[in-house]
Amino acid sequence: MAKSFLSIEQLTQRYPDGQGGEFTVFENANFGIEKGEFVCILGHSGCGKSTIMNILAGLADPTSGVVKMDGQHVSGPSLDRGVVFQNYSLLPWLTALKNVTFGVQARFPDWDKSKVIEHSTAFLEKVGLTGDTIHRKPSQLSGGMRQRVSIARAFANEPKLLLLDEPFGALDALTRGTIQDELIKVWSDTDQTVFMITHDIDEAILLADRILLMTNGPMAQVAESVEITIPRPRKRTDIVDHPNYYAIRNHLVQFLGQRSAELAGQSDTPPLAQPKTVRIDLTEDIDAEDPEPATPQLRAVEA
Amino acid sequence: METLSENKKAALLSVLLLLVGCLIWELSIPAQEAAGELTEYELLTGGGQPKAGVPPPSQVLGKAWEQLSNPFYDAGPNDKGIGIQIGYSIYRVLTGYLLAALIAIPLGFLIGMSSVAYKALNPFIQVLRPISPLAWMPLALFVIQDSEMSAIFVIFICSIWPMLINTAFGVAGVREDWVNVARTHELGAFKTAFTVILPAAAPTIVTGMRISIGIAWLVIVAAEMLVGGTGIGYYVWNEWNNLDLTSVIFSILMIGVVGMLLDSLFGLLQRAVAYVE
Ligand SMILES: Nc1ncnc2c1ncn2[C@@H]1O[C@H](COP(=O)(O)OP(=O)(O)O)[C@@H](O)[C@H]1O
Ligand SMILES: [Mg+2]
Repeated sequence: MAKSFLSIEQLTQRYPDGQGGEFTVFENANFGIEKGEFVCILGHSGCGKSTIMNILAGLADPTSGVVKMDGQHVSGPSLDRGVVFQNYSLLPWLTALKNVTFGVQARFPDWDKSKVIEHSTAFLEKVGLTGDTIHRKPSQLSGGMRQRVSIARAFANEPKLLLLDEPFGALDALTRGTIQDELIKVWSDTDQTVFMITHDIDEAILLADRILLMTNGPMAQVAESVEITIPRPRKRTDIVDHPNYYAIRNHLVQFLGQRSAELAGQSDTPPLAQPKTVRIDLTEDIDAEDPEPATPQLRAVEA
Repeated sequence: METLSENKKAALLSVLLLLVGCLIWELSIPAQEAAGELTEYELLTGGGQPKAGVPPPSQVLGKAWEQLSNPFYDAGPNDKGIGIQIGYSIYRVLTGYLLAALIAIPLGFLIGMSSVAYKALNPFIQVLRPISPLAWMPLALFVIQDSEMSAIFVIFICSIWPMLINTAFGVAGVREDWVNVARTHELGAFKTAFTVILPAAAPTIVTGMRISIGIAWLVIVAAEMLVGGTGIGYYVWNEWNNLDLTSVIFSILMIGVVGMLLDSLFGLLQRAVAYVE
């Protein structure tokens, strides 16, 4: 198999369980992400999504296993891997604009001041922040605006890989919708590779090229990789009418509702096991030869 | 009355309290006024009644007018204007205080960032901190052999602790998320310290600085009473020896006013570095 742009190999994380022993959050997780891809990871709370992301960001070290980006081992944080945290992580003593220029200056140290400001303002504009708003401190902004600033800061740095940990988790449904649209807009203007954690199925379908599904922890696995066979550009109001939408959605709901628990706790997976690729596409001719016959597909359609 | 804002009501009440207080004070000591006039005679005769009367506020006010209209006169070692005396005190406080800040803030950073440094230095801090600054005075006088420098040393030693502890506390408490922002932006240790940790910890650090300047101002009066020569503390003591209670009361008030000014200066600084999470 050809090496992916980002490849996660035999990643294992164990923590002490507080009683002298240790428990395994996940073991031998293997998966890859291609350049320019938007991948979401779905799984129940506590299965280790944030742990994976912190390892990808270089903020934490795994117990064993490696992460390679562009063939290089990832160790320690880097400007090549931008992060958007769930709690925004804006510096509260800086204005929205300064929060973005803070990142841009670190990324492009030889740019002069006016170029830094111009670049930062442009990215704030892409997420719908203009005028006076960008001169306000985070405490004077709504949760949605803060997350926009945080997204602008991440995209303005043009990292090779962008990591988002439940970026909309704390937002109300309406705001969440708007910012999802803005995220898509900024993303389509760039060829940014994105890895995003979410617990919202509809959000994942709207945004992702591919969804990775994790079983419950401990001993969680990245069990499936579900392709989202709905063409872009996608609009939240239109995708529900696409023939694949409910088939995919049902598959995901079924996984999270039932199979993530059934598959949990298995420790007999081979060290190199890749997630099972699932492709659900009802628009393809039923008789046409399916290059990747996948049993979950049938199950999902029946469900 | 109902139309007045809360602040105006409070200000009005303050003025009223002051006037009533002064009036009661003034009225409560008419008998002693005569005694006050006698004191000079008593002093000259080395009178057996060294008890000077407490002066009424009108007399203190007169003294204030007289002193404040010419605060910087200098008529020999025992007769200097109040401005000069306060100037000496402020000079000593600021010198000792700045030296303390120069050591306390970097050291506090170290302690806050490294738990090894914290554990290693904590026992020393715990033992040294509760020592009354004036207890150092004899040792300082002996070692330094200079009363001026000894006073500055006492200020130094009393202002170092709140700054040190608050800096360490503020630095240790900087949110992990903000440090992670610095890490994901590949900021070096120096840049992280100045652009993330310092602004994040600044409100706590400045609170420590504010506590320190308050303590330093409390201590300088006592220190100057001991070392003598110049300064507002010496002035109070000297006027007491002269049995000039009017000057004593006036200088007590001045100590309060200067202390308040120093404190409000740090109040401004505190507001400048404050942020809302
Ligand atoms: N530093 C840590 N020490 C011990 N256990 C941890 C630590 N970090 C995370 N965990 C545990 O690892 C598991 C996965 O956590 P996390 O990655 O945050 O899950 P998710 O993001 O999927 O909700 C949880 O059971 C959590 O309690
Ligand atoms: Mg999480």
